[in-house]
Amino acid sequence: MTDLKQTPLHALHLSLGAKMVPFAGYEMPVQYPLGVMKEHQHTRTYAGLFDVSHMGQVVVRGPGYADIAAGLETLIPVDILSLGQNRQRYGFLTNAAGGIEDDLMLANRGDHVFLGVNAACKHTDIAKLKAALEPGLTVAEVTDRALLALQGPAAEEALATLNPDVARMSFMDVATVDLNGAEAWISRSGYTGEDGYEISVPSEVAEDLARALLALPQVEAIGLGARDSLRLEAGLCLYGHDIDAGTSPTEAALSWAIQKVRRTGGARAGGFPGAATILEELDSGAARKRVGLLPQGRAPMREGVVLFADETASEPIGAITSGGFGPTVGGPVAMGYVETRYATPDTVVFGELRGKRQPLTVAKTPFTPANFKR
Amino acid sequence: MKYTEEHEWLRAEGDVYVVGITEHATTQLGDLVFVELPEVGTEVSKNDEIVVIESVKAASDIMAPVDGEITEVNTALADDPSLANSAPLDEGWFFKIKPSDPSQLDALLDETAYTALIG
Repeated sequence: MTDLKQTPLHALHLSLGAKMVPFAGYEMPVQYPLGVMKEHQHTRTYAGLFDVSHMGQVVVRGPGYADIAAGLETLIPVDILSLGQNRQRYGFLTNAAGGIEDDLMLANRGDHVFLGVNAACKHTDIAKLKAALEPGLTVAEVTDRALLALQGPAAEEALATLNPDVARMSFMDVATVDLNGAEAWISRSGYTGEDGYEISVPSEVAEDLARALLALPQVEAIGLGARDSLRLEAGLCLYGHDIDAGTSPTEAALSWAIQKVRRTGGARAGGFPGAATILEELDSGAARKRVGLLPQGRAPMREGVVLFADETASEPIGAITSGGFGPTVGGPVAMGYVETRYATPDTVVFGELRGKRQPLTVAKTPFTPANFKR
Repeated sequence: MKYTEEHEWLRAEGDVYVVGITEHATTQLGDLVFVELPEVGTEVSKNDEIVVIESVKAASDIMAPVDGEITEVNTALADDPSLANSAPLDEGWFFKIKPSDPSQLDALLDETAYTALIG
C-alpha cells in the first residue's frame, strides 16, 4: 500500500485497531474492532465519527457571491444564486451528454463557495472548474484541512459539549465555529440519513479533535463499511456505482435537486453542460430510473446482479448498482436501475443470483426514516 | 480436530464429521448475515462449493472438505447466521458429512499446521 495517500487521522486509525483498505487512492479504515454491524447500529442509535478527509474540499472565490454563483451555474444545474448565506445545497457537475460527472455539496460562505466533492473525482473536478472559471474566479483545493463527519441522533449533544452554538444550526446550515481551540468549518449534514455534522479542521489539530469526540460516551469511530450500509439504507447514491458519467439526473431520480429556476421556463433555465438532454428528460421522463429494491428472501443481492421482469424472460430490464445487508432494516436492501415501466413501488422484479431468479420488490427510499433536524 | 487451508474445521462424531469455519475465518469475514446450506442427502465432491455465506461485506463460498454425503445441516444457523460469529466451534457449525473416502482426511491440516498457516 506504499502508493496510497494517508489522511491526517491515519495514525489514529491504526491506534484504534482499524482494518485499513485502499479506497480512492487513500489508505482508509473499513472497520474498527467493533465491526461493521455494531458500528452501523451505534451510528443509528448514538453517534459515529467518520474520517472523510479523502474527500475534496474546494474553495471558489470571485469579485462577489453573484459572480461566483453565475460561474458555478454554468457547470452545475442547481440554483446557487439564491442559496442563502451560510446555507448548503446538494448538486452535481454534468457533462455534455447529460450525465453526472460528480455529485457534491456546495455552501454559500458569503465571499466564497465551499464545495465538498468525491475523493475519486476531485482532481478531474478541480481541473474542470479551473478550466471553466479561471481567471474570472479562482478555484483552490483545500489541502491543509481534515474532514470529519459526526453522525447520529446523539451528534448534536456530543458536538455541543465542545461548542454549544452548534445546537442552534438547522439541517444544511453551515458555520465557522471554534472547536477544541481550532477554527472549524462545519455543516449540519452528512451522508447516513441521520442528523449530524461535517467538520473541516486544520490537519494538525484533527487528531486532537477526533480524540476529544471519541472520549465522549456517545461517540464511536466508524469505518467505510458501515458508512456504505448507512448511506444505502438512507437511499443515497454512491458515485461510481449508483450514478456516473452515463446516468442522467432524471434517470438517477435526482431531479429534485434541479430547482425550477434552472428548468425550462425558469429565469435561469439551462446554461449547464447537457442542458438540452437534461431539461427534455425533466419534462418527458427517461427510459430507465433508479429505484430502491427489497429482496424478498434473506440473501443479499449486490452490485451487478441483473434484473428481469419475471422468472423466465431472456432480456434484462436493469441491474443492481448497490446492495447488501441493512442492519437497521434487518434484511437485504439494494438500489439499481430498471426500465421506467417497472419503477413503480410494489412492482416485483427478479434478480439472477447464483443462477436462480429471486424476487425483489421495488420500494421507496429511504429504507429507514431520515432523521434530520429541519 | 482437523482443518482445511480454506479455514474450515472438522470434528469427528462417530463415522461422520461436523464441519464449521474457524474463528480466524469469521473474524476475517465480519458479521455473517446469510447462510445457504446444502440439502441433506446430497453427494458432494471435495472442493465443491456447497455453502454460500454472506457477511456485511461480501459473499463467499465454503467448499466440501472431502468427498461424501451431507447427513445433517444446522438449520439454526440458517435462521441466525450470527451464531457462526458468536460460537464458531459450537452452535455455529454448518453441516455434517460422511466421508466416502476416509483416506482424504489424512491430507487435512492438524491444529499445529493450521495455527502455523494463519500465523
